Amino acid sequence: MSEFVQYLVNGFAQGSIYALIALGYTMVYGILKLINFAHGEIYMIGGYCGIFLLSTLGLPFWAALMLAMPIVGIFAVLIERFAYRPLRGAPRIAPLITAIGVSIVLLELTRLVAGAQPRPFPQPFEDMSYELGNWIPALDGVIIQRNQIMVFIIAIVLMVLLNAIVMKTKIGRAMRALSMDFDASRLMGVPIDRVIAFTFFIGASLAGAGGMLVGMYYNQVEPYMGQLAGLKAFTAAVLGGIGVIPGAVIGAFILSISEALVVGYSESSYRDAIAFAILIVVLMFRPWGILGRPERVKV
Amino acid sequence: MVANFRKNLVISAILAVSTAFSASLSAAPTLKVGIYLPMSGRTASFGADVYSGMKMAIDEINKAGKVKINAILEDEKSEPTDSANAVKKLINIDKVNIVLGSVASSNTNAAAPIAQAAKIPLMTPASTNPNVTKNGEYISRICFIDDFQGSALAKFAKNDLKATKAAIVLDSASDYSQGLSAAFRKEFKALGGEIVTEVSYQAGDQDFSSQLTKIRTKKPEVIFVPGYYSEVGNMMRQATKLKVKGPFIGGDGWSADELAQLAGDGIEGHFYSAHFSHEDTDPAVQGFVKKYKSLMKKNPSDMAALGYDAIYFAADVFKRNGFKTDAEGLKNAINTTKNYPGITGNITLDSDRNATKPLVIIATHKGGHKFKQRVQP
Repeated sequence: MSEFVQYLVNGFAQGSIYALIALGYTMVYGILKLINFAHGEIYMIGGYCGIFLLSTLGLPFWAALMLAMPIVGIFAVLIERFAYRPLRGAPRIAPLITAIGVSIVLLELTRLVAGAQPRPFPQPFEDMSYELGNWIPALDGVIIQRNQIMVFIIAIVLMVLLNAIVMKTKIGRAMRALSMDFDASRLMGVPIDRVIAFTFFIGASLAGAGGMLVGMYYNQVEPYMGQLAGLKAFTAAVLGGIGVIPGAVIGAFILSISEALVVGYSESSYRDAIAFAILIVVLMFRPWGILGRPERVKV
Repeated sequence: MVANFRKNLVISAILAVSTAFSASLSAAPTLKVGIYLPMSGRTASFGADVYSGMKMAIDEINKAGKVKINAILEDEKSEPTDSANAVKKLINIDKVNIVLGSVASSNTNAAAPIAQAAKIPLMTPASTNPNVTKNGEYISRICFIDDFQGSALAKFAKNDLKATKAAIVLDSASDYSQGLSAAFRKEFKALGGEIVTEVSYQAGDQDFSSQLTKIRTKKPEVIFVPGYYSEVGNMMRQATKLKVKGPFIGGDGWSADELAQLAGDGIEGHFYSAHFSHEDTDPAVQGFVKKYKSLMKKNPSDMAALGYDAIYFAADVFKRNGFKTDAEGLKNAINTTKNYPGITGNITLDSDRNATKPLVIIATHKGGHKFKQRVQP
């Protein structure tokens, strides 16, 4: 029992990170039908940004987080402006390849500037962990780290904020309109350039926060961290239904918890195989993902 | 303007003289050495360390002037495919006489068939997986193999740490990790120990909490982690947080400064095997340590010592081949090496072109690692 709960705890902490990254994939896809493969690298840059703000400028954690998010966001807006916008009318494959190119450029640039070595991330909070067995005897041996709780809470708060922006604000309404019908929105006078830039900004801010949280949680940041995490987050977004915001979150938790359980109760070498097998099975029965809606073919 | 012109003249005169000088130097027999190492990527620390030793040896040899080492360095980016490409380039385009590298066994294994097919000697300073030299007679190494390393660690766990229950955490895609755990498993069981669980991870993973939770439930007395420092360091940190009782033990893949940085407080009280310890009191070793320290401002790791040995070994092979660069002659000179005195121990190649050398067990500590014991083959 306590073992199972420990796997759940591990899964939830990891899932919060996947979710923060997955949101960016899903938002951009929802509007532009573009899989922004550079998104994993944006997340990685968030981690480096965190190191810079925390150790070079010596900012406190909360200030660094508040600053890192818009910095990474603006960075993504610039990428959109110079790499994706010129290709907006082009066939869908062109921006996709561009995204892969941007991803490689960002990865290699970071490697050149910061070095390939994993960099230790400054620890803003002292390590602390709680043993649940002290309160609930049945859960003897379950350990929750304070960092896990922080990661989970910050992720949830950011997601609630995102939901409020998308559902309650004018620009959020414009985003939803664009994702429903791009051309109709344009005809109705939605300032598409601004809305798209804003979408990139928000998605990248979340990924940047994810990068910082991961740096704090694992105490390291390295240029390659975005590759595997990006792939997993993308999988989570597809699993939940790409283009659907709550889907990304649900997909992320399903993925991370099944990963933790596979490692715990089966062969750990099957972890990724089983995680992706779940994806395949879900897509066989619901090709549009768990919360996605079947795409209507417009005549 | 005139002054400038004069200055230029002087500079070009100096340049002309120095080119003439270096031309006269290059009259010494020259060995063209191709080096491929992970200068970037997940095991970049190995590349930096090995190359620091190599560079030092190259500079010493070229300064002494009896032979000239013309070295060309290629980055294999910690990837097998890039390793193969690097060696292809060194052999086909740079036309090197001998190839040295790499560290991770999977990468050397990817490159070795190319050297073997081209019949150019490839000698690895640090790849320990037994299969590496099975690629053919042109492939050799100056380090011990994992069969020895794994069984030495198993004996250490059983006899010195008095452990009877061990857990293994391995990198499922790494030749090194697989080979080393196979050797450990075999010896530990033969000694009457029990492997209570085996879990795996993938290079690049950051989260090991589920693997560690599983290990915790099985209560092993020692946790064998035959991986590379970038993952192992992280794992140690998380193990402390999850209150997983070690100690961890591992192989030469731990040998990097980053291990302690990544592990934080989790570094205390583990053990790993290495090719060399800078605390060795042997005068030749201490001479090397002193030179290295004055140059690099830190103690040499075993990777640096192996890199240093590799270059001097190549120069010795060149000499034993009568300063000829023919590949077959060089290969024969390598394969008949007997008692070559290296910093990392005496090098004698057996019929499988593996070196039989002692290893050292090192205890990890927060303030710096300590030599624990030497294990003879």
